[in-house]
This record gives sequence, structure tokens and C-alpha cells, in this order.
Amino acid sequence: MATIAHETPRTATPVNYLNVEHGWKSWLFTTDHKRIAVLYLVSITIMFAVGGFAAVLFRINLLTPEGLFSPEMYNRLFSLHGIIMVFFFLVPSIPATLANFLIPIMVGAKDLAFPRINLLSWYLYVIGALFAMYCVFRGGVDTGWTFYAPYSSTYSNSYVVPAVAGVFVAGFSSILTGLNFIVTVHKMRAPGMTWSRLPLFVWSNYATGLIQVLGTPVLAISLTLIALERVAHVGIFDPNIGGDPILFQHLFWFYSHPAVYIMILPGMGVISEIVSCFSRKRVFGYNFVAFSSMAIAVLSFVVWGHHMFVTGQSVYTSVAFSILSFMVAVPSAIKVFNWTATMYKGSVSFDTPMLYAFGFIGLFTIGGLTGLFLACLALDVPVHGTYFIVAHFHYVMVGGMVMAYMGGLHFWWPKMTGRMYPQVWSQISAAIIFVGFNLTFFPQFILGYLGMPRRYHAYPPEFQMLNVLSTAGSSILAVGYVIPLIYFLWSLKNGPIAGKNPWGAAGLEWQIQSPPTTYNFDDTPVVNEEAYNYGPVEEVVG
Amino acid sequence: MTAHIPKVRPLVLVWASLIVLTGITSAVSKIDLGEWNVVVALIIAVTKASLVAWIFMGVRYTTTLTKLFVVAGLVWLGIMLLITASDYKSRNWTYQGQPWSQTKTVGGSH
Amino acid sequence: MAETVVPVTHEPTPEETHLRHHFATPEQQMDAATLGMWTFLITEVLFFGGMFAGYAVYRGMYPDAFASTSRYMNLVLGGTNTAVLICSSLTMALSVRAAQLSKRRDLILFLILTMIFGTIFLVIKGFEYHDKWVEQLVPGFNFRYDEAIQYAHNAQILFFLYFAMTGMHALHMVVGLGLLTFLLVQANRRVFHANYFAPVEMIGLYWHFVDIVWIFLFPLLYLIGQNR
Ligand SMILES: [Cu+2]
Repeated sequence: MATIAHETPRTATPVNYLNVEHGWKSWLFTTDHKRIAVLYLVSITIMFAVGGFAAVLFRINLLTPEGLFSPEMYNRLFSLHGIIMVFFFLVPSIPATLANFLIPIMVGAKDLAFPRINLLSWYLYVIGALFAMYCVFRGGVDTGWTFYAPYSSTYSNSYVVPAVAGVFVAGFSSILTGLNFIVTVHKMRAPGMTWSRLPLFVWSNYATGLIQVLGTPVLAISLTLIALERVAHVGIFDPNIGGDPILFQHLFWFYSHPAVYIMILPGMGVISEIVSCFSRKRVFGYNFVAFSSMAIAVLSFVVWGHHMFVTGQSVYTSVAFSILSFMVAVPSAIKVFNWTATMYKGSVSFDTPMLYAFGFIGLFTIGGLTGLFLACLALDVPVHGTYFIVAHFHYVMVGGMVMAYMGGLHFWWPKMTGRMYPQVWSQISAAIIFVGFNLTFFPQFILGYLGMPRRYHAYPPEFQMLNVLSTAGSSILAVGYVIPLIYFLWSLKNGPIAGKNPWGAAGLEWQIQSPPTTYNFDDTPVVNEEAYNYGPVEEVVG
Repeated sequence: MTAHIPKVRPLVLVWASLIVLTGITSAVSKIDLGEWNVVVALIIAVTKASLVAWIFMGVRYTTTLTKLFVVAGLVWLGIMLLITASDYKSRNWTYQGQPWSQTKTVGGSH
Repeated sequence: MAETVVPVTHEPTPEETHLRHHFATPEQQMDAATLGMWTFLITEVLFFGGMFAGYAVYRGMYPDAFASTSRYMNLVLGGTNTAVLICSSLTMALSVRAAQLSKRRDLILFLILTMIFGTIFLVIKGFEYHDKWVEQLVPGFNFRYDEAIQYAHNAQILFFLYFAMTGMHALHMVVGLGLLTFLLVQANRRVFHANYFAPVEMIGLYWHFVDIVWIFLFPLLYLIGQNR
């Protein structure tokens, strides 16, 4: 279905979650999951802008081999970028906004299981973000987003403690979000909404919730120990008293590798929804896709040592981690195969969300396959700590997760706001993002392969051409992100009224009004069909 | 509500066992069992913790789902402890000579 | 136990069970609370687990240095505190029972007893910290380890872990006492009864969990090296 049925604007907008109350208090004290999702949307957009601005600045620094800024400035910029983007954008991005908005609706509930805890999680996020901003205004932090000891605990002269405190608090916000999702999926499903009828978006966010709950506390304690060590000037990661800095890496990556899946699993869920809708087909191999989310969540916890192949970690442990890391490729590949199979012989249309889904599948595949290079013990040694790694995880995180996030926003925007955005502009900006992204990060694969190390403010002159290309790409990418911001804001007042179901999609969220009412459903829905019940392709007139 | 209401007797019995086990573990710690001291101490601690969880926290009377969650939490703790320990345990194993004729030496100095 | 059980003669109203709008039944609300609390406790297990991992690694690396600290650990105070916490767990369990049976006076009594035990624990802990300070055993602030000089460096790791682990545990106790105060106020206002006792039960779970942490801290910190 390529056309979109716009309803004619009505004079009186029906009561919905947006217009039911007014004033700042109705927002700051709300317990409505949809309003909290909007609060999150605004906050993470601000943080994304801050993190993106830092990225543009240090890309400018890398235009010349000598670097335009001081090394100290450069170190603070890339650390700021990493910390903000990982902990304050990617981790909460889809779970706290789209999933917060959609999970109760998709399972047929009035709200998440713990609405007040949901609000608390937003406040914790804001407090964490304020700590991070305080750190920036005091002069920033230069440890990179990984806070490796003993640099972070002993030697760094930057403001490590406020940054660590910010991440700590934001971590608890993430835990509470995950906890809420887990309990909601277990206990709040509507009659007839069995596990095998759950949308795959719910499955993937459930798996994400498990990781958030099981992993984040370990990050919290490892950062606490770093902060204690800075305060006491002695600690368990301090080699002077026999401490082992590598232990910090164990604890840190016990969270931070699974965190990579906190950042990608929700995106995979979005892609399942979009691909199914715009192919007019049930997702191929539903059970496998659902199961692969759970498999990824479990496997993600036993591969963390692939970040430590060159640290002095036991070779035997490294071998085990290497083999286990290869295994993660299996469930990831299952997903890619199944999305492709879903499109096969489907009635595929090219609306904006689907363009982002295409972008996701292609870029995530490149990011995933280069991940196999890095899981390979012998191959990781030369490329470790080079731009190859940087390119790899940006293909997964930006090419994957941000693409999915944008795709999801474009898919559910009419549901969240009741308004449609301009199609042409959104398609143009999707194309700009795709081009800008590849121009930014593909050269970094080559740079890394040629041996340019990451996190250096200067480089040998022969790398300049590729660096200039990358910087040029990053400015195109920035333009690509600004355009949606403009038309989304524009659409709030001027966009055509979207109606209940502008895409003709299946799923409970498309059967209620746009924007939904505060309690989502007038009566508790009773579910008696599978997810993605699109019927035979031939019957759809499109 | 259909919640399980515990009886006083089992609660007091668990309390008494916990006190007795605390005494035992303190006493045993004074006896030199070599490496077994820590093993005994941990077995007693696990027993005590299980008693608290099983009766005081009522795991015994909860749903299978809750039990599953408890077990999952412990398994994840085990994953973290065991894999981390595997690194430290095997870090000083060294190859001697060619990889195909290597012998292992366990342990080593720190 | 002077009060008698108030028999439930009618279907409880939503007000009585504090049923929130988004739940269909009180059972669903209670199930969600229970699962949520256990999920939270799992996060706590892994939070403390990070420090236990550190403990395990360094104890394996420096067994002798760790054992050399035994003469600075006060077994009497540590053992007393273990017993005190076990008693508080019993009174906490009895509080939940009292709430389930609508025995308000018992509930208040047992909550107060639990708080007294909790406070005794913290006071004893305070004395221990004071002793450590006087004996100059606080890493980073006044650490001197003259007796076994060859262990001076590595023993610091144990004392760092000692303060980090017991400190984090004490912090949880303080939070627990705050939560118990909240329960006490609510109990006094007759909020809890046979149809509504979820907060008592949930905070009880938390309190027992904090007890379990101590059950492991006691042998690992106080009982190592006692055999020498
Ligand atoms: Cu990883």
C-alpha cells in the first residue's frame, strides 16, 4: 500500500492523552506512559544534539593531520561524544520512547505495571544528564566512554567523578525501565494475548529488559569502585597495592557488551514491525525471530572478553570468548534472513519507515560481518584499537540502531501525534542520512585497516584524504538529522490528520484512536488472532 | 487475597537454625581444615541464605515464575564469577616450546 | 496477641485493596508487585556480585595477605551483628504475618522490633568502623600495617573491600530503616489489613535480602584466617 489515507481534518479534536490536561505540572507529574515517552523523546533528542555537536567538532579537528584543537580538548570531545551517545542516547533511545509508548498498547494494557516508577526513571535520567552536563561545564572528562582503570581511577586530571555519577544514575533509570517492561509483559497482557501472539517488538524489548536488569547493576558497582578509588587515592584496581586494572574491564564489559544488545535489540524489534507492515506479510519464521532475541540476550553475557584480547587476559579464556562471540552471529543472522524472507514475494512499498528498514538491514549486516573479523582472535590483534573498530560499531549503532530509531519514529509518529509528516521531505532526508552515514564511516574501515589508531588527535599526512571524506560525511549526516527535526515539529500543527491506521498495519496500537486516550483502550481488548495477520498478499489492493 | 500466611512455628525454627549455623560456622573457622575452611564456610552461608529465601522470603510458596527468576539471577551471578575466575585461573598457564608440544604449568607467582 | 482475626465478610472494595486503575484485579496487582520486587532484588544480587567477584579474584591472588587480616577482625562484634540481623529477619517475617492477619498492634510491635535490631546492627558497625580508624586500617586515609609488613600492600585490598562491601551493606540498612519508618506510619494509620499488605511484604523481601548479603559477608570478611 503506497498511498496513505488521510482523513479530512475535523474541527474538534477528540480527547486524547495530549490534550486531556494542560500546563507544565500535567507533564512533570504525569504517570501516563505515553506522556513519559514524550518527555523521554524530548530529553534524548537534546542529548543526541549535544553528543552529535561534539562529534562534529572533533571531526573538524581531524581535517588536518596536526589536528586543529589541543590534544586535551580532543580527548574531552570524543569522551563526551561516547558517554552521551551510549548512556544518554542509545541505551534509552527506543526502549524509553517508542517502547514506553507502545508496549502497554501492544499487550493490551492501560499502562505499564509501575507507572510511578516509570516517571521516576525519567527523573533519574534527567538527574544523570545534569551530572554529565555539570561535568562538561567544569571542564569535561577525558577517559573515553569506557572509563578504563587505572587511568580513570588514578591518573586522569579531568572530572571523572561527576561523569561517573551521571552514568550511575542514568543506569538506574535504565534498570527501572527494563524492570517495568519485564513485569508488564509477564503480568499485564490482555486476555488472549499469549506469548506467541506478542508483536516481535515486544519480544525484543522484553529481551532488552532482561539485559538491562541483569547487566546494569554490574556497571553501577564498577563505576562506584572507580569513584571510591578516586576519592580514597587507593583501591582494588590500583596496581600499586597489587590491584588488577583488568578486573575493571571484566566488570565493565560484563555490562557493556550486553549493553550493545540493549542498544540493538529494540531496533531489531522495530525493523520486524516495519518490514512486516510494508511487505503486507506476517514476519517469516515468527518463532525463530522471537527466540533469536532471547538467544541474543543470553549469549550476550558470555562474550565480553572479546574486548580484552590484547589486555593480558588469559589466552585460554580469550579462545573461549572468541568462539562464543562467533556464536552470537547465528541469532543475528537468523533475523536478517527472516526479514529478507518476509519481503520475498511480499507486496513491498517504499514509504519512509521502510527506507530506514532497508538502511538498517544493509548497514547492520556490514556492521555484523565486520564484527566477525573482531571476534577472530588473530585478526583482532592488529585491528584492535584502530578505526576499524570505530567503523564497526558505528555501523551497528548508528547504521543499525539510529536507523531503526528513525524508522520507528516515522512509523509511529502518526500514532503518537495524530499527524502525518511530509512524505517527500522524509524520503529525501532518509536518503541523505544513508549517504552521509556511509561517507562518514566507510573510510574509517579503510583507515583502521591501514593502521590508524582511534582516539588520537593527530595522524600521519597520508591518512588525510580519508579523514576529510569522513568529516565531509559527518556534516551531511548532521543535515540529514536536522531535516526530520524540522518537519516533525512542523507536522505537530500543520501535518495532515493521520487517522487511526495510516499504514493499514496490523496490531493493537493501530486499532485505537490517534493519538490514543489516556487509558489507551475503552474496554480491555480480547485478542483472538496471531500478530501480523495481513492475510494473503493477493487480496491487498495497493 | 490468596496469599500464603506463614505459621509462627516454622519461622521460629528457621530463626533457631540460623543462629545455630552462625555458631557452627564461627566455631569451625577456628579449626584448621586448610583449604576446606572456606568451603565449609560457604556451604554454611549458602544453607543459611537458602533458609532465609525459602521460608522468610517465601520462595517456597511463590509461583514457578518467581522461582525461575530467582534461579536466573543466581545463574547470572555464577556466569560473572566463573568466567572472570577462569581468566585469573588460567592466566599464568604458559606454553613451553612449540604450541604442538606444549605442557601446562598451573599457577605461578603474582 | 490480643487482637483477633477480622473475618472478611464481603468482597473487598477497590479502595480497600488500593487497586490502581491500570490493574484488573488485586491479584494481578499483587503478582506484578511481587515479580517487580524479585526482579529488583536480582539487580541487587548482581550489584553486590561485582564486589564479590573482586573479593574472589584477590583472595585467590593473595591468600596469605588476606588471612593475615584476621587478627584485626572483631569476631565477637561480627558474630553478634549476624545474630542481630537474623533476629530482625524473624521479626520482619512476623510483621508480614501480622499484616496478613490484620493484627495491627502486632504489626506495629514487630516493625518496631525490626527497627531496633536494625539500629543495633548499625551502632555496632559504627563501633567497628571506629576501631578500624583508631587502629589505622582505613585504606587511603590512615593505613598502616606494621605487623605483617610483607602483606601491607595486598592487605589494603581486603580492607578496601571490607569498607566498600560493609559500607554498601550499611547503606542498604539505612534505606531499609527509612522504609520501615514509612511502614510504621502507614500501619499506625490502619492502612494495612488482610486485603492490603503488599508494601509490608515487599519491604520485607528487601530486608531479608540485606540480611542474606550479610550472611555472606560475615564468613568472607571475619572468618578467613581464623584457623591460624
Ligand atoms: Cu562486545
